[in-house]
Amino acid sequence: MSFEPAVLVLEDGTRYPGRAYGAIGRTLGEVVFATGMTGYQETLTDPSYAGQIVVMTAPHVGNTGVNDEDMESSRIWVSGYVVRDPSRVVSNYRANGSLGDLLVSERVVGISGIDTRAVTRRLRDAGSMRGGVFSGADAALDPEAQLSIVRDAGLMSGQNLSAEVSTEVGYVVAPDAGSIGRLAVLDLGVKTSTINHLVARGFEVHVLPQSISIDELLAIDPVAVFYSNGPGDPAASDGHVELLQDVLREGLPFFGICFGNQLLGRALGFGTYKLPFGHRGINQPVVDVATGRTEITSHNHGFAVDAPIGAISESPAGFGRVVVSHVNLNDNVVEGLNALDIPAFSVQYHPEAAAGPHDANYLFDRFRDMVLSARKETNA
Amino acid sequence: MPKRPDINSVLVIGSGPIVIGQAAEFDYSGTQACRVLREEGVRVILVNSNPATIMTDPDFADATYIEPITWEVIETIIAKEKPDAILPTLGGQTALNAAIDLHKHGILEKYDVELIGANFEAINKGEDRQIFKQLVLDVGADVAKSYIAHTVAEAVEFAEDLGFPLVIRPSFTMGGLGSGFAYDRAELIRMVTDGLHQSPTTEVLLEESILGWKEYELELMRDTADNTVVVCSIENVDPVGVHTGDSITVAPALTLTDREYQNLRDIGIEIIRAVGVDTGGCNIQFAIDPATGRVIVIEMNPRVSRSSALASKATGFPIAKIAAKLAIGYRLDEIPNDITKVTPASFEPTLDYVVVKVPRFAFEKFPAADVRLTTTMKSVGEAMAIGRNYSTALQKALRSLEKRGSSFHWEGEPGDKAELLAVSSIPTDGRIVTVQQAMRAGATTAEVFEATAIDPWFIDQIALINEVADDIASAGALDANLLRLSKDHGFSDVQIAQLRGIAEAEVRALRWQLGVRPVFKTVDTCAGEFPALTPYHYSSYDLETEVTPSDRRKVIILGSGPNRIGQGIEFDYSCVHASFALSDAGFETIMINCNPETVSTDYDTSDRLYFEPLTLEDVLEIIHAESQSGELVGVVVQLGGQTALGLAQGLKDAGVPILGTTPEAIDLAEERGLFSKILAEAGLIAPKNGTATDRDEAITIAEDIGYPVLVRPSHVLGGRGMEIVYDSESMADYFERVKDQAIIAPGSPLLVDRFLDDAVEIDIDALYDGTELYIGGIMEHIEEAGIHSGDSACTLPPVTLGRDVIDRVREATRGIAAGIGVRGLINVQFAIGQGILYVLEANPRASRTVPFVSKALGIPLAKAAALVMVGRDIRSLVADGMLPAQDGSIVPMDAPVSVKEAVLPFKRFRTVEGHVVDSVLGPEMRSTGEVMGIDSNFPKAFAKSQEAAYGGLPSSGAVFVSVADRDKRAIVLPVLRLSQLGFKILATEGTAEVLARNGIEARVVRKYFMGQEVVEGEPSIVELINRGEVDVVINTPSGRSARADGYEIRTATVAADKPLFTTIAQLGAAVASFEAIRDGFEVRSLQDYAIDRAERLARSQVAHA
Repeated sequence: MSFEPAVLVLEDGTRYPGRAYGAIGRTLGEVVFATGMTGYQETLTDPSYAGQIVVMTAPHVGNTGVNDEDMESSRIWVSGYVVRDPSRVVSNYRANGSLGDLLVSERVVGISGIDTRAVTRRLRDAGSMRGGVFSGADAALDPEAQLSIVRDAGLMSGQNLSAEVSTEVGYVVAPDAGSIGRLAVLDLGVKTSTINHLVARGFEVHVLPQSISIDELLAIDPVAVFYSNGPGDPAASDGHVELLQDVLREGLPFFGICFGNQLLGRALGFGTYKLPFGHRGINQPVVDVATGRTEITSHNHGFAVDAPIGAISESPAGFGRVVVSHVNLNDNVVEGLNALDIPAFSVQYHPEAAAGPHDANYLFDRFRDMVLSARKETNA
Repeated sequence: MPKRPDINSVLVIGSGPIVIGQAAEFDYSGTQACRVLREEGVRVILVNSNPATIMTDPDFADATYIEPITWEVIETIIAKEKPDAILPTLGGQTALNAAIDLHKHGILEKYDVELIGANFEAINKGEDRQIFKQLVLDVGADVAKSYIAHTVAEAVEFAEDLGFPLVIRPSFTMGGLGSGFAYDRAELIRMVTDGLHQSPTTEVLLEESILGWKEYELELMRDTADNTVVVCSIENVDPVGVHTGDSITVAPALTLTDREYQNLRDIGIEIIRAVGVDTGGCNIQFAIDPATGRVIVIEMNPRVSRSSALASKATGFPIAKIAAKLAIGYRLDEIPNDITKVTPASFEPTLDYVVVKVPRFAFEKFPAADVRLTTTMKSVGEAMAIGRNYSTALQKALRSLEKRGSSFHWEGEPGDKAELLAVSSIPTDGRIVTVQQAMRAGATTAEVFEATAIDPWFIDQIALINEVADDIASAGALDANLLRLSKDHGFSDVQIAQLRGIAEAEVRALRWQLGVRPVFKTVDTCAGEFPALTPYHYSSYDLETEVTPSDRRKVIILGSGPNRIGQGIEFDYSCVHASFALSDAGFETIMINCNPETVSTDYDTSDRLYFEPLTLEDVLEIIHAESQSGELVGVVVQLGGQTALGLAQGLKDAGVPILGTTPEAIDLAEERGLFSKILAEAGLIAPKNGTATDRDEAITIAEDIGYPVLVRPSHVLGGRGMEIVYDSESMADYFERVKDQAIIAPGSPLLVDRFLDDAVEIDIDALYDGTELYIGGIMEHIEEAGIHSGDSACTLPPVTLGRDVIDRVREATRGIAAGIGVRGLINVQFAIGQGILYVLEANPRASRTVPFVSKALGIPLAKAAALVMVGRDIRSLVADGMLPAQDGSIVPMDAPVSVKEAVLPFKRFRTVEGHVVDSVLGPEMRSTGEVMGIDSNFPKAFAKSQEAAYGGLPSSGAVFVSVADRDKRAIVLPVLRLSQLGFKILATEGTAEVLARNGIEARVVRKYFMGQEVVEGEPSIVELINRGEVDVVINTPSGRSARADGYEIRTATVAADKPLFTTIAQLGAAVASFEAIRDGFEVRSLQDYAIDRAERLARSQVAHA
């Protein structure tokens, strides 16, 4: 067995030699680890991973190949892929291709044969870092040269990546059954599953480019507004925050997921911060503060909202009372916000859960119910 | 909600003896539960008939009842102890069935005691197939098309709709007993007839065949707030058709997309909710059609199961422990994760490694048995391995089996591809190696899938392993890269050596020289996301090791590997005790074992746990890693059975200090000539004996010694290949039968001993510290010499031996222990025939009876042995109060009597024609487990042991007697007594004649072979047994031929679940007990017996003063 050499280089100088996987070449990004044991295809095609080199803690990747149904967007977004044991075969009745081939055709540079647990422990202890994967001619570069290339790459903090992942032109997805109204979805990196959940609940979904203005948004006459997940530092997204504040002032019901949660936090006047190594997995316990129930949830975030847990607080931006609705039981990070005086709430995790457990699907129902009752009030 | 304030005492029901389908995993779960409940301040009352368990140690409960697990006995315990609640979900099907009985007999209501963990309704919903099926459909999931039949006629009718093959599953049986596939009408009728009998509710399920589908299990937990987590997914490598206990399984599931997995998870959560398990765990099994993805729910167990023990070890999430906490009111989010300490238990473990479990079978013990694997579980144990990938975990698991031919190999030509594929199309023990050989012979993944329906991904992994093997074999030289590659796919030094045609030691030396050594990773439940504080390790050839340095004095304890007949939970008991004692003495204890069922592989048991195969290579690597810091005082090898003992010399040669008896001394006991010298010096004799390496030599020696002779191969455990041979013709037959097993060779000759007919066998467990001997216990076997000690019932103290005999065996044991040079435990087997004391064998190691002795007399033998091994002397252990001042050689008159009885698995094994295999006891051990009966005298204790082992003796009914000529004389008195007790006596003609002349009236019954045609009014004995008209069968084989004419009688009896006595000694013991049980059993806890002992001691000290 012969292998093409490759190397993963972290900005602290740690080097992990391995074998080339996927496309050959060089890639740079923020190195993060993801702990899900299933759902690599959903992870790779999740726009929130744009700009990141994803390290898979699950050793075997690619066993069930890839198919058309499990795409969370039209393409792979990760900037690099680090695995231990890529599959040599594809075994699943729905598969129509191999992961390795897809990585090559999408020009994603990866590396295999890596002690991904060692990398994970390094990132856990030292925090997320910039890194690079070098294969082919780049693998032969001088280690010092590779390291300086990595160190010259941009930092995730301060980056606004929305424009990279958002649709350029808006489009409409019809509801599955009778329409309950138009929903303005700000595409900051929206996932297919999220749209599927929204249309399943009767929304006529208008997916809008991230650069849309409040007037353009209001022009479609939405019954509610939704902010999707997406990559980047929420602190660098002033435009989206201002847009959201306008939406809230209009009294439109709002639901946000992940990046959308961070932006609601900022719109309400709270700050955000970067987590040391983020939450990326599908086994995170989150407690719903109102019911005391624990949900096992799907996460993919490197930033979080800084809001007071355990008490009702006043929105520093003047939107009334706010409560932290969900908290991560592992590390007490804010996982959800609920505005008590305006129809707006959001969660930091992924209720659409692809990949991941379906425990939090009910949040889409909660959103629909909020919209319906808001509409009734308007009508009344 | 925190702990319920209304639960202050809990009765925990154990699972009873180790049987196929219900093994050591329930000791692991039960021990965890008892520990947790006591930590929570709950008074724990325990009932379990199995003395070999850790949970029945008096330290683990406030009141420990080693009593039969029947609702009547439990009622007596409830009346005495008045528990607030009963926890029945941690003792397997036995405990669940006992709970159902308690409910049905109104006991729970009568004493106002609550079932916790799962209530009656939940148990019923999960266990009743009809209710469960409807429940699954109601939550929107799918089930296999099926019917419930209560009669054979109904079954035949339903089969027309379902078509063949179809599945048969009796309700409420454990380990899939009685279930399987029927391929035609005749099979259907036979299996349904049996199944209706096995089922306590006389019903069987007939089901559409889903043979060859992918099979999965999920382990779930749910609390009172409806928080539900999936602890682990498990995928069966063997597709549907093989019981999950007999399948190779892997965790996590490796061939599911997220959509498919989440679908299973959603269904699982809906089911646990609908069944109503709200304070504990459950296990749900699924089948998936590989072609369409259609999902079918197979079954659920509303309790902790074998799979949950596996899942706990595989993930580090202690299911039983958490189930116990949930049962007393806690919610998942209120319980901390043991491993990280900072995160809660309300999460789902994520694995960054692969776990493979492989079953271990014992078909060689039942030569007549059908070796095909079906939905009835037949394996007797299992090994688990953890690797960073599947190929490593699989290869480690296979070598953990310690069985010839269980690992992949590349010796010789693989054989014919078509033939190998044909063989692998039928699931049997070792099929995976057949597949590997077929692929060596050129079979493609597609061809293997066609033959086996194993998922192509798993098949490709075997192809990958074969490709790496080719690289190893064809490389110019072994370099570091190639060694790393082979190690990353789990190749052992032995396999690499074989591929290169060099010695194992050469590979190891080269590998070490190149610096290719494993690192040790941690099982942490979270794939490295949080720091793990519990050192639970496995090896991998990766970059970074996680063994934290320690400056303490360390002792490594080698466990006993997978359970097998002859080496089971008893050895684990000793290892765990050693760990506890050494930890208390200030050592850092390090456990190495690969058996997921055990307490030793609970990460709570020792300071550090290495879940690794017990081979020289794997153990040496751990020793190397642990030697990087602190001081390695030594390795304990004498507690882990033959597995650990077998490594002693290799470790010593590598310079590793061995604690206790030296490897050289161990050899003294094994080697015939050297041992004879020790006996001669001690003035002792063995039965006349010799050794032979071929048939003619054996016949010459046997004729010289005089028939009958006892033959046994060297270096075997559990009496493998051991037989009594009565003449030269049988000797020739013996050689014919064992010739394929390669158990007799010049290096390991056949031992031929004079067989002592009618001798009484005595077993001794003792401690020796170099100067002083301390007897743990002297056990008298109920069966005569010739029945393997593991299969023989025994009594402690002896009930027919005089003081002089006791004195003689004590002195003899001292002589042997001193002669061998024992430091620690020794077990000696004696026989007394015509007043002469013979030494049968001596084993300088922990024996199977150590836990029994400890429970019966309250002497912590294994703990004391561990301390002797690290240099303590017996005198100081007595002074410290660790050992009682009086050793086990003298038992006071008013002390209780304990009887150990073996439990045999004959019912599990069928011949190809579908009959039960023969159930005659012999010198080869075949029992899977044991029970203990303890009471004020022998008859009562024996009766309890029978109740616990076989469901008891009847107090009235019909007894059938048919004995060999040599036993006719001995039968008269016991049968007379039975007749006086009101039993109706049936006998064959010859036996009836003898009885009649002695004034005992007996009805003559036709023997089976006299013709099978039904004569009106004159059924044969087999027909009577089948009809349930016989309650006890006494049948001693004539012994001359392997297929004595009693075979059909005995198999019918076993199939009908009636007591069967195949020796006169058993009968004698039983007769006294028939009377003892008429008034029901009284119960007494081990703690109360201990108080009695203390009082007796105080009295005798006063008397002496």
